[in-house]
Amino acid sequence: MPELLYQRDIYGQTLVELGRQDKNIVVLDADLSSSTRTSFFAKEFPERFFNFGVAEQNMMATAAGLASCGKIVFVSTFAMFATGRAWDQVRNTICYNNFNVKIVASHAGITVGPDGSSHQALEDIALMRAIPNMKIVVPCDGPQTKDAVISAYKTEGPFYIRLGRAKFPTIEKKSEFSLGKAQVLREGKDITVIACGLMVYEALKASDALAKENIKVSVINIHTLKPIDEKTIIEFAKRSKGLVICEEHSVIGGLACAVEEVLSKDYPCRIVRIGINNKFGQSGEPEELLREYNLLAQDIELAVKGLL
Amino acid sequence: MQNKLYIYPQEEIERLKQKAKYIRRLIVQMITKAGSGHPGGSLSATDLITCLYFGKFSSGESIFRHNPKDPHWPDRDRFHLSKGHCCPLWYAVLAECGYFPKEEIYNLRRLGSILQGHPDRRTPGVDVASGSLGQGLSVALGMALAGKIDKKNYRVYVLLGDGEIQEGNIWEAAMAASHYRCDNLTAIVDYNHYQIDGRVDEIMNLEPLTEKWRAFGWYTLEINGHDYEQILNAYNTVVKIKEKPQVIIAHTIKGKGVSFMENVVDFHGRAPTKEEEERALKELE
Repeated sequence: MPELLYQRDIYGQTLVELGRQDKNIVVLDADLSSSTRTSFFAKEFPERFFNFGVAEQNMMATAAGLASCGKIVFVSTFAMFATGRAWDQVRNTICYNNFNVKIVASHAGITVGPDGSSHQALEDIALMRAIPNMKIVVPCDGPQTKDAVISAYKTEGPFYIRLGRAKFPTIEKKSEFSLGKAQVLREGKDITVIACGLMVYEALKASDALAKENIKVSVINIHTLKPIDEKTIIEFAKRSKGLVICEEHSVIGGLACAVEEVLSKDYPCRIVRIGINNKFGQSGEPEELLREYNLLAQDIELAVKGLL
Repeated sequence: MQNKLYIYPQEEIERLKQKAKYIRRLIVQMITKAGSGHPGGSLSATDLITCLYFGKFSSGESIFRHNPKDPHWPDRDRFHLSKGHCCPLWYAVLAECGYFPKEEIYNLRRLGSILQGHPDRRTPGVDVASGSLGQGLSVALGMALAGKIDKKNYRVYVLLGDGEIQEGNIWEAAMAASHYRCDNLTAIVDYNHYQIDGRVDEIMNLEPLTEKWRAFGWYTLEINGHDYEQILNAYNTVVKIKEKPQVIIAHTIKGKGVSFMENVVDFHGRAPTKEEEERALKELE
């Protein structure tokens, strides 16, 4: 069994490490610091942590004000509220000004589980992707969360980093993280599976199962959805018979759309989308929900076979 | 006004009034040239912002500490225009301060201009863009918190519209500013009693407004926003308040200074015609 880690634990620890190195880092939360793990930072640096209560719009616009004075601001809450409730603030006051605000949102996707639809952000990537200046990273596991947070810290401008609620299996043997550069995890000539977040692990499982049937599948982790690695996408589209794109997000506006935007102009090809099909979520355990919404390795296997 | 008024020398009041008249002329001219824009709320807040940028404390020191030659001076006081549509006022003030050449005002709202239809960071002297209402008090709160973290003694001023404070975000920020005891933050409400669709009390009543701010933990002052003694004394008073953010609720007249624009809701967001410009400038001689 692979190592299982909470991405938000890693986020919280990384923030503390960065906070020790750089006094300019300020962290904001909206009454969810114990869930997002910004509480770790709050404990060590209370003078640089601000809890705004249940008021996400104020938190986002205040982050812009802090950034205008040279602060590097990390802002956390659940993905649903960070992107939905405060979209205008993120668009007009953070991104339009191109401020150094890093939105690190947890509890994204269907695997939020029992809390149900109101808390399952399935459109957050779409909402953030449409905004100019915004960079988007969806780490696939615990260790990559650290890479993403450090990269956002070092890179000027606004970021959206999307984290899950559940423990994520650690993906072994990845190449070094580089913002905007896709990671090729498996190479096979038949079909290419492109995934982000939790779905990367499912894609690898599918690839291993298919290998036993002599179906060779490439697996690519697109951790940076914006700016997206066009070169790798086109290269692998050209050398395969089709693509399967997997995300724990709506099929509208997320990874699949981002990849298709690249391919529709440079290399149109056959694509199957694995994601939430224009639906809301519901309560259930994460595994049950992944099964219910056809987001498991077995669903990827079927999609690959369908393309052959 | 609960504090004793400091009586300013008549020539100082006259100096500021002349300055305000000149700012109003620039506002009328730039909006006429642009062919669109928001004169009503720019003119109603002119006296308040003229006194802020050009006025002096009773001590003789300038109220607003800034350096147009060094717009990013870290210790500068901050001003944020939350009611961003009234940027002609801000642009006129910034031009008069010397942040950019005065001719620029005639490029208002033009393609590629440093003077966008709503405030933008491409304008020297503008720190944060605005336009989508209700977010500016939060922006100012962020600036105030940064000042507290860095132990700097700059102050933050933010101009709010009356219609604007119908936005819920304003009250989230109001709650947070008093929670974090931001005594380096002053909000000014340009209470001109009109919004696009009509009278504020008919569209969505704000009253009792002073009590609302007080209930949110703010130090409150209610003044006539065209009375220079009251405006200057309000600035004198708020800087002395400790532990609480302060709000100056300034009753004003929409379109103030141009008789045919005063309290005429049509001029919230319509440019004067060439003929109206001439009449307005005659009144502002």
